[in-house]
Order: sequence, then C-alpha cells, then structure tokens
Amino acid sequence: MTPPQRQRRHPEREPDPAPRQEGEGRNPERLFVIGEGNDGAADIDLVTLIVGRAEAPGSLPPEQAAVIRLCETPLSGAELSAYLQLPFSVVSVLLTELLAAGLVQARAPIVRQALPDRSLLEAVMHGLQKL
Amino acid sequence: MDFRSSDTIPGPRAEDQLPHTAEAAVKLVIVGGFGVGKTTMVGSVSEIRPLTTEETMTQAGIGVDDNFGSETKTATTVAMDFGRISVSDKLVLYLFGTPGQERFWFLWNGLFEGALGAVVLVDTRRLEVSFDVMGRLEERGVPFVVAVNTFPDAPRYPLEQLRTALDLAADVPIIECDVRRRASSRDVLMTLMRFLHTLALTGRLS
Ligand SMILES: Nc1nc2c(ncn2[C@@H]2O[C@H](COP(=O)(O)OP(=O)(O)O)[C@@H](O)[C@H]2O)c(=O)[nH]1
Ligand SMILES: [Mg+2]
Repeated sequence: MTPPQRQRRHPEREPDPAPRQEGEGRNPERLFVIGEGNDGAADIDLVTLIVGRAEAPGSLPPEQAAVIRLCETPLSGAELSAYLQLPFSVVSVLLTELLAAGLVQARAPIVRQALPDRSLLEAVMHGLQKL
Repeated sequence: MDFRSSDTIPGPRAEDQLPHTAEAAVKLVIVGGFGVGKTTMVGSVSEIRPLTTEETMTQAGIGVDDNFGSETKTATTVAMDFGRISVSDKLVLYLFGTPGQERFWFLWNGLFEGALGAVVLVDTRRLEVSFDVMGRLEERGVPFVVAVNTFPDAPRYPLEQLRTALDLAADVPIIECDVRRRASSRDVLMTLMRFLHTLALTGRLS
C-alpha cells in the first residue's frame, strides 16, 4: 500500500532582512524578540502575561473587576479567556482598557524572529527535560 | 453578554498559579485534523488541566429561504485547547492545539507567526488532511516537525516512505509517537526544539 502524495510548498516571500528593532543589526545572536508595546488590542497575544497592579476600584464593571482579581498572580490572555469563558477578542478589549487605566501590567511574549537566540531555546529544552 | 459576578468565577487553583517571577512566555502550536490527538498531547504534558479559549467567527452567508437574496450572518464558535509548562521561574511555555483549517487561524492574532514552531500531528488513516496545513506553514516560514500518531488500526508505513509521501525537506524531523504517553509527547516537543536549535545555529530560522 502506498500513502497519498503531497507536494511541498515554499515561503511566499523572502523573510525581511532589515533589522526590526534598533540595535539588532549589531547583534546577530538574537532570534527572538520581546513583542511590541501594549497600545492596542491587536498587541495582546494569547501568551502575554497579565499582572494586576492595583485593587479594583468599586466603580469597575464586573468583567474588569474579575480580570484584576484573577491576575493577582501572572496569567496569560488565553488563561483569562478560559477562566472568564469569554472569547479571546473580548478579553483583549478588556485588557486594553485596564492597561490604559494602569490597573494591570502586561509582560510581552517572546515571539519568533529572524535572528538567533539559542539560550532561549536551550532554556525551553532544559525545562522539557525535567518533565 | 451574560456575565457572572466576579466573585463566582473560579480562577486557577493555588497549585496552578504562576510565580510572580514569571516574566515572559513562549508558545508552540500543535496542529492536525479532528481526532488526531491534539487535546491528548496537550493534556499529557501540561502542568495544568488543559483549558479552552474560544473565539467567535462571523460568517456571511446568502439566505436561501427568501426571495430577496439577502445576506444572513451566522456566528460559529471555534475552540482551542491549551496547556502550560513552566520551564523555569522566569519562562513559561504554552502549547496550543488547533484545527488545521486555515480559516480558523486569523481568529487568534499571531498564533503561528509568533509561535517558536509547530508540531503537525498526522494520522496515517487520513494522511491527506494534513497536506494543506503543512503547505501553509511552509508558505509562512513556520518551522515544524511531523509526529505520526500510531493508532492501532492505522496503516503502518516506514518513516522514510512517509517522508517521501509528505515531500518533507531532508532536515525536517518526522517521528512516531503515542501522545497518550507523557514521555512520547515530550520527545516530540524535544525533537521540535532540537530542530529549532539547529536552524538557529545555521541561521536559517525565519
Ligand atoms: N492509539 C492512540 N490513540 C490516541 C492517541 N492520541 C489520541 N488518541 C485517541 O484518539 C482520540 C482523539 O484524541 P483527541 O486528543 O481528542 O484528538 P483532537 O481532536 O486532535 O484533539 C481519543 O480517544 C484519544 O484517546 C495515540 O497516540 N494513540
Ligand atoms: Mg481536541
């Protein structure tokens, strides 16, 4: 018996060779970068870690108060969506408002990039080895 | 939207809370067809009970029941299971299991673009359901490894024959697994990480 045959595809465009962040050009060891700032809902990643910065003011809507209560310890956007049982896009909007109000803090994820950082990969491998 | 009062929402159990030292997170994606073992794999390595995030997708459809040809909109909820592994006090790894259909991907901004890499889980009874997703990963330059879940009633092919059938580049790892076993799932993830490490060493990660 022979399995069905696939045909390989190729990258749609060449990866952008220009350094994405200041100073990166001088450091070819960097493969991953910290995600950009938190000035819009689009910037909140599934794995952005959110931490509460303040007590929820009494006037806060219940959804936002719930986020603050859940984020006593760091929690990803995906976990917030799961615990709140709200679509991730709704959680992103809540977080954007809370960030603007200074009530929570965001720890940006590390995302794949064009230039190498082996120590990050090694840290993950080390963690997996302990499983 | 109905929302329960904030006091009634169960948060993470005490043992599921991340330490305050957790300063950054990374993600890996497990992708494959329905029933291929994504949720099982997430669950077998996760330190927390797997959770589900969802997104609502609004599809424009053409009404067929009226004479006006008016557009109707239907909302579909797409769910994605995920788990978590604390790799150190500072760094957290998240694993997302997602259906292979591309129409779901844009729902979660940066799901693949920001991921370190992906595991394509395949079932030899339905090898072709993974063809499209592999092509999409190649087009987007997302590095991936192929894990063949060994279901008892599935046809067994030598891995080299599967490599040829899947038209994998010579350096793309392909391994067999039984994702019900934690050690096997961990091996798959380690294979992906070693592959990424090799790509990083040779400067080919993009
Ligand atoms: N024999 C075998 N069965 C598996 C394996 N992985 C998953 N299954 C079974 O396949 C079924 C579907 O798995 P699930 O993880 O829900 O698939 P998903 O739809 O991709 O999330 C479950 O009944 C699993 O117990 C495997 O590696 N070997
Ligand atoms: Mg599933």
